[in-house]
Amino acid sequence: MIAVRPKLAVIKFASCDGCQLSLLSLEDELLTIARAVQISHFAEASSRLEPGPYDLTLVEGSITTPEDRHRLKKLREDSKLLITIGACATSGGVQALRNFASHDDFMRAVYARPDFIETLATSTPIAAHVKVDFELRGCPIDKHQLLEVIASLLAGHRPRTSTESVCQACKRRGNVCVVVAQNLPCLGPVTHSGCGAICPTYDRGCYGCFGPTVQPNTVALSDHLLSGRVNESEAAMLMHGINAYAPEFATEGQRLWQLAGLPKTLHSSLQPARHEEPSA
Amino acid sequence: MTSATESQESNAAVVWLPRAIFQAFLDLLSADGYQIIGPRIEQGAIVYAPLERVEDLPLGWTDEQGPGLYRLKKRADEAAFGYVVGPHSWKRFLFPPQTDLMRSKQTDEGWDMSPVEPADDKYAFLGVRACELAAMEVQDRVFMTPMFTDELYQRRRSQSLIIAVNCTSAAPTCFCTSMNSGPKCHKGFDLALTELTGGFVVEIGSELGRRFTDRLMLVPVTTQREQDAAAAQQQAVDQITRTLDREHVQSTLKNRLNHKRWDEVAEKCLSCANCTMVCPTCFCSSVDDVTNLVDEEVIRQRHWDSCFNFDFSHISGGPVRDQTRSRYRQWLTHKLTHWVDQFGTSGCVGCGRCIAWCPVGIDLTEEARILCEDPAVPEEGQP
Ligand code: SF4
Ligand code: SF4
Ligand code: SF4
Ligand code: SF4
Repeated sequence: MIAVRPKLAVIKFASCDGCQLSLLSLEDELLTIARAVQISHFAEASSRLEPGPYDLTLVEGSITTPEDRHRLKKLREDSKLLITIGACATSGGVQALRNFASHDDFMRAVYARPDFIETLATSTPIAAHVKVDFELRGCPIDKHQLLEVIASLLAGHRPRTSTESVCQACKRRGNVCVVVAQNLPCLGPVTHSGCGAICPTYDRGCYGCFGPTVQPNTVALSDHLLSGRVNESEAAMLMHGINAYAPEFATEGQRLWQLAGLPKTLHSSLQPARHEEPSA
Repeated sequence: MTSATESQESNAAVVWLPRAIFQAFLDLLSADGYQIIGPRIEQGAIVYAPLERVEDLPLGWTDEQGPGLYRLKKRADEAAFGYVVGPHSWKRFLFPPQTDLMRSKQTDEGWDMSPVEPADDKYAFLGVRACELAAMEVQDRVFMTPMFTDELYQRRRSQSLIIAVNCTSAAPTCFCTSMNSGPKCHKGFDLALTELTGGFVVEIGSELGRRFTDRLMLVPVTTQREQDAAAAQQQAVDQITRTLDREHVQSTLKNRLNHKRWDEVAEKCLSCANCTMVCPTCFCSSVDDVTNLVDEEVIRQRHWDSCFNFDFSHISGGPVRDQTRSRYRQWLTHKLTHWVDQFGTSGCVGCGRCIAWCPVGIDLTEEARILCEDPAVPEEGQP
């Protein structure tokens, strides 16, 4: 039995709240979680928000405003362990598409009075600003993986979140490969596992929600996709989806946009580094 | 055992099973407590799944295959076994993709550990091809050795009934003739069917198999049908175009470890592990201890793993095979040469699955041929 329960905080930056909801949707396990940790700050769950320090902080969302950048620095100081949850926090999320486009154009297209908005020109992952102890992938994260991460950090060992490709989960599940049998584009072979291969189970190709796996051979995959499955800009959009700013997908997407005749460069503040060095 | 009256044809080794009573045969299997696993159409392919009725079978369907390619196609007839092999193999039942091995619970007296009893499944595998019989024998040498026996595998293997099917056509990915594993079933089955119009020529391979043919009161097959079956089997042999120079590759590949071809194949290979997952002989797994949140219960889980995984060769300090090049080399050399040193058989039975189900269509027979070509290409690659 754990005598003093560690304090848990769930904090959000630019995001849709979907990852936090994964925690709430752990209905069967919530009582056990509450036995294992003291939920100190979780705005989705309770309006009683306790200040830090926290033992375990789950961070959702990316950094898109100067204020959030500041808030994150403070949060890091308040957190013993800081874990990012989801694609936004880990790679900048779908909103990182702005990193390849003109932020001013987007602002003018969306807001009647862009001058009221104070925001950064980029969407960057948490690790670009502070030291991160563990990154949990996914859009949204998988609730069982979240449980595994919390359990193993509490028990003091490395979480079992395999770096294998989605293909292996797909095959264990007994799915028929949609690339081979249905000629669909699928990012499974270059994507980090964790979702349990949901999309191929329902006859869809993988969208890469969990971001690139270790040493993803993105060039070979897109060359294959280009041979009669999709055209260059479709392949580029596939790569520049939810994890567009994950380094390997960013680079490959740019190569494909180039091939499509629509070159995309990264925002000047981000070049040439693929990731800003974490500065904790 | 069956009585003498029931088994009027008990000495015949080859009998005729009319299609009209095929359902009665399936019903007998079910009545005897077998769960029938056989070919079914799912997600655009013929997979192995539980079935009970003749109509569950892929009647009138076949498959078209090539490197990185698989399509279902209508046949002109209503054949039940008129396809070749698909993405599944019987290994998913004998060596399941994910298994709980042990459970530990914290009690007042300490940890209480108990092995998870393997479920007592009794399978009738329907439609096992010759290369798949060979693959089972290959896995037997891994999972049922005098030194080590996998209990789950052994239990399922020993109590499953094997109803083989002789191939009457072959896919362009097949090369069982090169691996001496098919297309005709010679041993390792209880019954072996050859499908003809109107029924099946049935070879009886065991006393267990005979119990079924006796109860169905099957009569000996006519000479004409026996000839037709032989001709249908020959058709499969004639359709096989892919080859692998087995003995040459077995002895040569080991001396090609620094060939530049490994770099070339690594440019194309996604290291996605599909080839190892679909291979009916690959046996690698990892074992994890999964703790619950409050550290009161631990489940030891085993799941399929693959040498294409970055973490697979992780030892103190990092992975030994840290590039796709070395991972592909591990796969090919293990399958085609080191397996022989380790287990006395080739690790490849020539089923062609790794060719068809590789998303980018990498063909091991072509890789092996190029790597073993004579005269040897100067070894230029890095070790
Ligand atoms: S469907 Fe996608 S994830 Fe599944 S095996 Fe095929 S390529 Fe891999
Ligand atoms: S290596 Fe390929 S062809 Fe050989 S048995 Fe395995 S899947 Fe079949
Ligand atoms: S080829 Fe790889 S996955 Fe297959 S048995 Fe050998 S080491 Fe294991
Ligand atoms: S050979 Fe094909 S199936 Fe195997 S790991 Fe490489 S890309 Fe994947």
